Amino acid sequence: MIKPEKQLTIPTPTAKGPQFKMPVKLKDRRRVTIYLTLLVLAYLTMVTLPTMLPDHLNLKTASLTFLQNIQIMFFHPGLSNTTFVQLIQALLESILLAFLTTLIGSVIAFVLALVSFRQLVPAWVGLAIQSFMALIRAIPNVLWVLIYSVVFGLGANAAVIGLTFHSVAYLTKVYTDSMEELEPDAIETMRAMGLKNGPIIRQALVPNFIPSYLSWTFIRFEINFADAVAVGAAAGAGGIGYQLFMASSFYFNFHEVGVIVYLILVFAILLEIASYHLRKRVMGNQ
Amino acid sequence: MLEVKHLMKSYDGHKRSLTDVSFTVATGEVAAIIGPSGAGKTTILRSINQLIKDDEGQVLLNELDMRQLNRSQLRQARQNIGMIFQNYNLIEPLTAIENVLHGCLGNKSTLAGIFSLYRQSEKEEALQLLQKVGLGNFAYQQCRHLSGGQKQRVGIARALMQHPKLILCDEPIASLDPKSSTLVMETLRQLAIEEHISVLINLHQVDISRQYADHIIGINGGQVVFDDHAEALTDTAAAQIYRKDLVLNEEAAV
Amino acid sequence: MTPKALTISQFFFKKRLHLTLLVLILGLAYVVSSIGLGFQTTALFHAQDGLIWLLHNFIPNAESMRYWQDIGHQLVRTFLIAVTSTTCAAVISLFLAALGANTLSLNNAVTWFIRGFSSLMRNIPIVAWAMILLFSFKQNDLTGFLALFFMTMGFLTRAFMETIEDFGMDKIEALQATGANYLQVIFQGLLPEIAAALLSWVLYMIENNVRDATLVGLLTGTGIGFIFDLYFKGMRYGAAGLVVLAVIILVVGVEVISNLIGRLIE
Ligand SMILES: Nc1ncnc2c1ncn2[C@@H]1O[C@H](COP(=O)(O)OP(=O)(O)OP(=O)(O)O)[C@@H](O)[C@H]1O
Ligand SMILES: [Mg+2]
Repeated sequence: MIKPEKQLTIPTPTAKGPQFKMPVKLKDRRRVTIYLTLLVLAYLTMVTLPTMLPDHLNLKTASLTFLQNIQIMFFHPGLSNTTFVQLIQALLESILLAFLTTLIGSVIAFVLALVSFRQLVPAWVGLAIQSFMALIRAIPNVLWVLIYSVVFGLGANAAVIGLTFHSVAYLTKVYTDSMEELEPDAIETMRAMGLKNGPIIRQALVPNFIPSYLSWTFIRFEINFADAVAVGAAAGAGGIGYQLFMASSFYFNFHEVGVIVYLILVFAILLEIASYHLRKRVMGNQ
Repeated sequence: MLEVKHLMKSYDGHKRSLTDVSFTVATGEVAAIIGPSGAGKTTILRSINQLIKDDEGQVLLNELDMRQLNRSQLRQARQNIGMIFQNYNLIEPLTAIENVLHGCLGNKSTLAGIFSLYRQSEKEEALQLLQKVGLGNFAYQQCRHLSGGQKQRVGIARALMQHPKLILCDEPIASLDPKSSTLVMETLRQLAIEEHISVLINLHQVDISRQYADHIIGINGGQVVFDDHAEALTDTAAAQIYRKDLVLNEEAAV
Repeated sequence: MTPKALTISQFFFKKRLHLTLLVLILGLAYVVSSIGLGFQTTALFHAQDGLIWLLHNFIPNAESMRYWQDIGHQLVRTFLIAVTSTTCAAVISLFLAALGANTLSLNNAVTWFIRGFSSLMRNIPIVAWAMILLFSFKQNDLTGFLALFFMTMGFLTRAFMETIEDFGMDKIEALQATGANYLQVIFQGLLPEIAAALLSWVLYMIENNVRDATLVGLLTGTGIGFIFDLYFKGMRYGAAGLVVLAVIILVVGVEVISNLIGRLIE
């Protein structure tokens, strides 16, 4: 599924009322911004595109071999260096990695989200935590895993810890945002009854938060699976990603790449479908 | 029982939302606050249990000044005050009985609150309260599946579960149809009589206030402009309370 | 005890049972996956070691300052590739989305084909794109560009389709009723209305691609990812730290600009 981060931070403008109600000035500012942004993007593209073509490359032959390889991949998948069982095992490893990082991430992120929730703590605490999370997310995922591979040695520990960073940072942000979108009335009511923060969180916040918690956590699981594959290849962290890396850049065997890509595709698309239905059910329940 | 003395409040530091409000509510009395929109009714109610801070004056509940309490004392004091809202403010995904039981969490430990540990006697009491407001059969229903009137009665049961000395109601029937409104108002009235609970209600309907309240407080522009027995509220007096913003929309709704 | 009281206990017992089971199952799943992967929970409590190591080794020193120029150059390149791949993909995606959105589409088969295509494009792991492209296009910027391009195309096609579909059938029909043809509907009715939404998706993808560019660079031996790998494997940690700093500045910078534009067009 599309990562719906934008749906949270930038609401689709068309969803709002008729545009003619908008003050003329605002509408102009909006149009000018859109045009200017498009202009800048187009300019950057025009300038960059020609420089992209490498000097010593025959574009035609390169494209042809590329298409050939794609064809081999998709229409002639086959195994020679590994067995199917090994690949399934590797896939399972990536799934477990995604599961663990999601589980650990969601627990830590939930605590952090509570600690940065504006209705419970002073605003600066939330700001500090959110900034720190943005910083973590600015460092690419692979780098975290690479760093922990040096500290812990290459292996499951480095992979899990490294991937958990983004998991936590992402979930903390989306959890906090969805908590802040909940009606503040429930919490205020509990406060008016003289309850302490612990019971208020458990009795008022948690039941209302569960639907968004589930859908965001599942979305993160999808992302974590993709990340687990990527990191397996780029940092040698094992799993199906590593197999993919070996097949393509060590054995140069595109038949095998085909099988692996199919395996990943099947799982990813299953997740996408599951996520879609989960979200429909969870949101429909509200 | 409840004494409000010289209450003042300004949200922005310049404009006064309340200027010197004083009144008292006796034990077992139903008092209604009426007045045009923006008069300060909600502000008064929320100052009483200190959901609104930074006000001036005195709010004495059985001689205890709500404004002088520290955090934990305030929590304790709030346990004696039930509150009922226009939007019910129930935890919608939970069942009716769980919502009612929230009322007794105030005097339980944090751990009990977190793990929803209720005594058998408390569970039974919650069920009895639900029966009392006529919802015995809906105890295990999720609140989001209840109608507005039913939700409001769950809200009342929750307030009762606190064993309050005072119940504050902010426009409890504003979102309800006439039949449910009657039911809710009658329940509140009965409570005041049977359990000797003082009830302070913000209302928009003059007729209903006359019908159910012993005592009416008229507010306009953050000031008390009427404070007397319900019978003393003549039509001219009511019109006086609603001066500028007048009758049209407010009374026509009744 | 009355029968009613019994049901209360049963009700709460059932609730508690469900919760306990849920916690148990999750705990069990955690243990099983940890064992399956060979992950030691104690590692979680040594997570700070990594941060300490990072702060200790990755502080750029005077010596690493001479890498600034290389890094700056690669940083700009990375940014440009992220932008270019997104804009190129956006143009094609818009075309595909206009063909495929079921409020505009003349043909159901086309809709399904385009949906499937976009799903394929974004679910093929970026690693696979990078490796296949690397084999044919060799180690250069074009490879990274193409890898990002294909994945972005998959994402944006889907996102644009949803945006167009959210616009609603009735508004499109109203336009058609005035006698506008297919192209007029799109260019004069639809596009001006949804431009802001489309643009915010484009900005989001640029942000995303700036992050992913490091990964792609690592795999294809180009750009900022490549020089990080170079310095990191060569234990020139100060320089590697400088790369990380540069990436942080780029990502945060792009995010800030993107948020700013997003707020202006909201
Ligand atoms: N949170 C707030 N911040 C600033 N001003 C406020 C706030 N709440 C209320 N006010 C102002 O205080 C005044 C009294 O508001 P209050 O909500 O108490 O009126 P009310 O009598 O309850 O009105 P209604 O009948 O519409 O509920 C109004 O002028 C309002 O604008
Ligand atoms: Mg009010």
